Amino acid sequence: MIELQNVSKVLSGRTILDKVNLQIHDGETCVIVGPSGVGKSVTVKHMIRLLTPDSGKVIVNGDPISELSGVELEAAREHFGVLFQGGALIEWLSVRENVALPLREKTSMGESDIIELAMQKLTLVGMADHSTKRPSELSGGMRKRVGLARAMVRNPSILIYDEPTSGLDPVSARTIDDLILSMQAELGVTSVVVTHDLHSALSIGDRIAMITGGRFVETAAPRQFVESENESVQAFLASQFITRKGDWENWRR
Amino acid sequence: MITREPEYFPPPGNFIGRLGRGIVFSSRGLGRALLLLVDTLACMRFVFATRTRKEIVYQMFVSGIKSLGVITIVAMFTGMILALQTGIELRKFNQEVNIGAAVMVSMLREMGPFMTALILAASVGSAYAAQMGTMVVSEEIAALEIMSINPVRFLVLPRMVSLMVMTPLLTFYSCVMGVLGGGMVGITQLSVPWHAYIRNALDFAAAKDLYVGLLKAFIFGVIIAIVACHQGFSTTQGAVGVGNATRRTVIVCFLTILVAGYMITRLFYINALD
Ligand SMILES: Nc1ncnc2c1ncn2[C@@H]1O[C@H](COP(=O)(O)OP(=O)(O)OP(=O)(O)O)[C@@H](O)[C@H]1O
Ligand SMILES: [Mg+2]
Repeated sequence: MIELQNVSKVLSGRTILDKVNLQIHDGETCVIVGPSGVGKSVTVKHMIRLLTPDSGKVIVNGDPISELSGVELEAAREHFGVLFQGGALIEWLSVRENVALPLREKTSMGESDIIELAMQKLTLVGMADHSTKRPSELSGGMRKRVGLARAMVRNPSILIYDEPTSGLDPVSARTIDDLILSMQAELGVTSVVVTHDLHSALSIGDRIAMITGGRFVETAAPRQFVESENESVQAFLASQFITRKGDWENWRR
Repeated sequence: MITREPEYFPPPGNFIGRLGRGIVFSSRGLGRALLLLVDTLACMRFVFATRTRKEIVYQMFVSGIKSLGVITIVAMFTGMILALQTGIELRKFNQEVNIGAAVMVSMLREMGPFMTALILAASVGSAYAAQMGTMVVSEEIAALEIMSINPVRFLVLPRMVSLMVMTPLLTFYSCVMGVLGGGMVGITQLSVPWHAYIRNALDFAAAKDLYVGLLKAFIFGVIIAIVACHQGFSTTQGAVGVGNATRRTVIVCFLTILVAGYMITRLFYINALD
């Protein structure tokens, strides 16, 4: 369970998060939506303690991660697999070595097991054919998929995806959506997905949280989200041609 | 943690404010660089782990072997210039043969370590800073820390060890090249025979000159690696920030190398002043 309690954050003199509260339950897929530059990435960075709240607390599985340091912080971070917005792949390692890196550095697995597992995850994201390429030879969407494979490789209990499908073609995007769904269904992972893509949000989210103006203005299950009275939510829905009366169930798989 | 909270300070109002901030930030930078050095030394126990060893060898190749060309040319010309300049003066006293001692001693004591370190700072140091800076900007460092992979062990350690080894080796090589260059000028311009030049050079060179020179080179290597990685890690603001980190690395390295070089000379040759 991830809990943000009254988290506030000021960056460059601007209040990005203003006493934000959010609870993400175990095994749940929580989708965070909102306009660009509103603080979605900042919110998830607080969960993994890349940012520390100015005030308030972040609690992950009972540990106050916003107050830990050293070995305890390392232990708390073991729960997470993180897909960064730009992929954050190590440029001088091949695709396969990038995925293998956490296994090599943090486990005592044998060489052949490492390669096998890395290739298996790359197959899941449809990147097995590119395993010997360098990240610089990949497109943005391909990097993202490799980043996803790396995030999953140690079977973390919480997966954080910062815009997993933006920059992907619609078909690959739906493949990634399916992958996120199956991670939840088969392994019971907790997922936090940041996205602009409402179709994706509606189809994979157990709950959708919309952030604007430093606060979550709506947090609801997809059906209730679509029916929300909140103006920002309605504007956001309308921008992607989803109407309150719309048959949103078509998006649901 | 290498990844730091983004900071924001409103622009300082006046000259005093700017000066004060400059002093505070420089002291903080110095402190952080020293902490990074301590961290890296604490990671030394991983030097012989297979993966680290591979990376060290690779970094040695990148920083050492690839700098051989430019170091050869710079060292030879330094030796040639030294021989020519001292030769012109010594010729007035018919003492041209002593260019051997002049070239040898100045290469060993100062020019060898100094030239090598400056070349490495400008080429390898700036490359390290740019690489670390880019990794900060593209969140690769953050990703490493989230995976609980220590960036100091993963990135700084191999680079520092490789420079600790390569700077003295390249310094020795540059001394040899400098003496050769000096000899060439001796033969062709000052009609000093090769064997007389070498005998003179070896007569005047003391073992102390060599080991103090190599010690200097070792310390310069540490300085370059730590300054470069520290500046890289301190990068903010995207591509502009990477450029700034690179520029600052070269400047800070040059200044630190000069000052440290003076200090070490002073320390080891203090008795020679009496
Ligand atoms: N390191 C930083 N230093 C200063 N300001 C920052 C920093 N990171 C983010 N911000 C500010 O915080 C705000 C929110 O940024 P964030 O990256 O969370 O946006 P986002 O909602 O993820 O947008 P996008 O959908 O474009 O990724 C932005 O206005 C940005 O200016
Ligand atoms: Mg973002």
